[in-house]
Amino acid sequence: MAKRIGVYICHCGMNIAGTVDVPAVVAEAKLMPRVVLAKEYKFMCSDPGQELIRKDIKEHELDAVVVAACSPLMHERTFRKTIQAAGLNPYLVQMSNIREQGSWVTEDKGAATEKAKALVAGAVWRVAQHTPLEMRLVPITPAVMIVGGGVGGIQAALDIADAGVKVYLVEREPTIGGYMAMFDKTFPTLDCSACILTPKMTSVGCHPNIKLMTYSEIESVGGFVGNFQVKVRRKAAYVDHDKCNGCGVCTEKCPYKTPSEFDQGLSMRKAIYVPFPQAVPNKPVIDTKTCVRWQGKKCRACQKACEPGAIDYEQKDQLEEITVGSIILATGFQAMDSKKIPQFGYGRLPEVYTALEFERLNNAAGPTQGKIVTKDGRTPQSVALLHCIGSRDENHHAYCSRVCCMYALKYAHLIKEKMHDAQVYSFYIDMRCFGKGYEEFYKRLQTEGIKFIRGKAAAVWGGAEWKHIGGPNGQLEGLEDNQMVVQAEDSLLGKLLRVPVDMVVLTPAVEARSDAPEIGRKFLVSCGADGFFIEQHPKLAPVSTTNDGVFIAGACQGPKDIPDTVAQASAAASKALSLISRREIEVEGTTANIVDDLCSGCKCCLTLCPYNAITFDDARKRSAINEVLCKGCGTCVASCPSSAITARHFTDAQLFAEIEGVMSM
Amino acid sequence: MEVATPFVEVANAIIESGGKDLNECYQCATCTGSCPWGYVDPLNIRQLIHLAQLGLEGYEGNDLWKCTTCGTCKARCPRGVGIIDIVRSIRMMIGEGGLIPQSLRQITGAVRVDGNPWNGAKTERNKWAEMLSVPTFDKAKHEYLLFACCMPSYDKRSRKIAEAAVKVLRAGGITFGVLGAEEVCCGESMRKIGDEELFGTLKTGNLELFEKAGVQKILTLSPHCYQAFKTDYAESGAKLQVSHITEVISALVLLGKLQLKKPLEATVTYHDPCYLGRYNNIFDAPRNVLKAIPGVKFVEMFRVGDSSLCCGGGGGRMWMETKFGERFSDLRVPEALAVGATVLATACPYCVSMLQDSRLNLDKESAIDVKDVTELVAESLA
Repeated sequence: MAKRIGVYICHCGMNIAGTVDVPAVVAEAKLMPRVVLAKEYKFMCSDPGQELIRKDIKEHELDAVVVAACSPLMHERTFRKTIQAAGLNPYLVQMSNIREQGSWVTEDKGAATEKAKALVAGAVWRVAQHTPLEMRLVPITPAVMIVGGGVGGIQAALDIADAGVKVYLVEREPTIGGYMAMFDKTFPTLDCSACILTPKMTSVGCHPNIKLMTYSEIESVGGFVGNFQVKVRRKAAYVDHDKCNGCGVCTEKCPYKTPSEFDQGLSMRKAIYVPFPQAVPNKPVIDTKTCVRWQGKKCRACQKACEPGAIDYEQKDQLEEITVGSIILATGFQAMDSKKIPQFGYGRLPEVYTALEFERLNNAAGPTQGKIVTKDGRTPQSVALLHCIGSRDENHHAYCSRVCCMYALKYAHLIKEKMHDAQVYSFYIDMRCFGKGYEEFYKRLQTEGIKFIRGKAAAVWGGAEWKHIGGPNGQLEGLEDNQMVVQAEDSLLGKLLRVPVDMVVLTPAVEARSDAPEIGRKFLVSCGADGFFIEQHPKLAPVSTTNDGVFIAGACQGPKDIPDTVAQASAAASKALSLISRREIEVEGTTANIVDDLCSGCKCCLTLCPYNAITFDDARKRSAINEVLCKGCGTCVASCPSSAITARHFTDAQLFAEIEGVMSM
Repeated sequence: MEVATPFVEVANAIIESGGKDLNECYQCATCTGSCPWGYVDPLNIRQLIHLAQLGLEGYEGNDLWKCTTCGTCKARCPRGVGIIDIVRSIRMMIGEGGLIPQSLRQITGAVRVDGNPWNGAKTERNKWAEMLSVPTFDKAKHEYLLFACCMPSYDKRSRKIAEAAVKVLRAGGITFGVLGAEEVCCGESMRKIGDEELFGTLKTGNLELFEKAGVQKILTLSPHCYQAFKTDYAESGAKLQVSHITEVISALVLLGKLQLKKPLEATVTYHDPCYLGRYNNIFDAPRNVLKAIPGVKFVEMFRVGDSSLCCGGGGGRMWMETKFGERFSDLRVPEALAVGATVLATACPYCVSMLQDSRLNLDKESAIDVKDVTELVAESLA
């Protein structure tokens, strides 16, 4: 038991000292049992602050230390190293969080000071009960799993594989490529999206260090940083991809069609299909919702046509278990369903399109070979681009989707390029052109004659509808039934505008994928209030998560354009590589421990352990904990009916002492 | 071009008198684009808010009194700004300076004296109920207090709604009574006019009356009374269980307690009252009731549910002059005709009155009928 404790109270600039009366806490700490000295300092985490502790340990023969400052998540590691350097076991420091749990949660100085005193007392009582523990070294599996095969996942996979490390790239769809593969051009450079993406896709497909697992989903994740065990479900494609030569005859012969997901439902695809011509891998899968064999009918058209005999209706899902040292989540986003905002007419008016639909409509490989035409074959003379559909809107998503202003500019350019005389109206709240070359692109579009209307569109009505609702004063001369009216206030004029148009393109919010919470649970990564995965620190650890060894990249963390996604993917790749290159990882000494004599052999703990760290010794009828696997979560401790399991660093004696300390104030 | 200097004290005063979200508006202009005045004589609510944010002259102008408090702007606002509260608090400030329009001053005066805006004598308030032998509310015998609203109490056309309600409730086995001459206007419109003091007096009067009589459940015919009791009165801690007549009828139909047997043979459309729909999310109950009436072919108009077009009678506009052709109801009746309706049903005495006026002024008497849902149910009872 420690007998000579040093207490250090941090000001954290004004973060703590602005609310907590630090000298009063120091004075109180000096009176606490076993406390030899108590000091305050402006920034305890600074070099001089740490040096103060090291010097005191030597001069005053301290055998334990309390630092009252910020959350242990921020600096526990720092102060463990500090006291270690002065010869103390790193577990003999206790942090007391008087910032996040004190000064930041109240403006009441008296209350904040009293709470700080109580928290410090708790730490002093507790640290007296601490025992030295040893850190352990565990080898790291030199492989990385990347979940999601959009441009972010592709970039990360190539970066890591090029460094000579094994990559498992898991993608749910039958091909990699993600949204970028659907785009026609990219802003602001107007590069052909497919032209810059497909070479990367091909590289992934043939890279010796990348195992591509398309049409696959994550079943479960076990283990921890350095050694994750991931179970991957490889969905049955009903095509043996080893035998398939990708000739495409099966697709040709298949008699059944369904709307193409890749073309956003604007064209049809077959039941056995490759999503698009440059797909990687370029091998088909059978969609059992469309194929009539799964509806109880008889059809063998594809099997009969397949020369290599690759079609296998009996194929089953396969489960593969893979061990990797770290994981990158690059699961991307989804576009908000535009039907959720009925006043814009999507789903009711045939010529209202979502952004992704327009991407396909404008794409040379799309349903109209890149011709911008209405569903009834007209060439639109006027197009309205509506910004902020569900973004910057608390009824849907409070955040800005960050890409819509720019791709709306891109659409305006593409429309003007193809149909010089067409009028394009952009209804915006604020033009957000923040990236490199973006403002310049905005000016370029102004010179191309786009009409910018400062005011969010309020509603879109069909021409036929407008005749009945517009009222006698509101009728527009020459308005055709198959046209539409966009209504908005131009706030720069203070006038209500009604613009007749032939086509409307909505820019729906970029939102977190609906299954993000489920994926998050599997990888122990939490989602924020906006639905996206939360990074460890928004500024200083943007690709890390609170789960060590799991990194995030791209739009799964928040709306992002391609340059930002690629940059973040490379950042995540470098974090994953830097982890792998350590070869071994230090693991906390705070494991659970079974007191053999007390164990009754009831096996309660066995099934509860999330890390499979407990085994049962049948001969002795006792449970045993594998300390290499144990993460010290405490689940078994709480469950043990005989109180035979203790959690090191969280023993009953330590916790009761802490409570006693807090209550003593 | 005018030169102006911000006068932030005005903005702060608006915030303090109830327009707490004033500064949260980011001027996207959705409100102005969504406002029903856009169909006839646009009202720039966005600009009014910006003038108020900076305390600049103009916020107190004509536009301020045009607002019908229909709530379309608030429902659409991407920042969730309580636009109606801002309008109300500006009106209140203006009202304290005595600058409210003459026609509204007469109305608030009448309510102060008689407890209703229709210049009816207090003693006359319960006449409709006496004629139907509706008993005085007795908490031992009655589940509901039926609060008829000033309009059915004094207005001849609206009285039919109250009469229909009595018939329907009796048929459905609901026990209810009235408090008659002692009750006063719920005050909802007075509050929207900006007369918070008058609203407070009415509220206190009614709440004391309800408490003395032991009222727990109130049944309203008007969505405006519904809003007052359910939300406005609750601000001062009142715990009343409030139902709108369409909710109760819908439940009775669902439970099979009403025998709707007489076919109506009509194409019926439904006009969502702002205070029932947008304010209180009651969209389905009235529709379910209409669809349950035999012989009814139900059709929807273009502006329905959350996007419903206001009748023009809320926020004090009931008592202000609007030019023929500029009343929203003048657009609504043709909209109902365009979808082939022979009956335009609604569930609010204000809406019935406004739509009925337009029907007559537009000379559409033979083409379409305006009815309260409750009246149609009463007609269909065997």
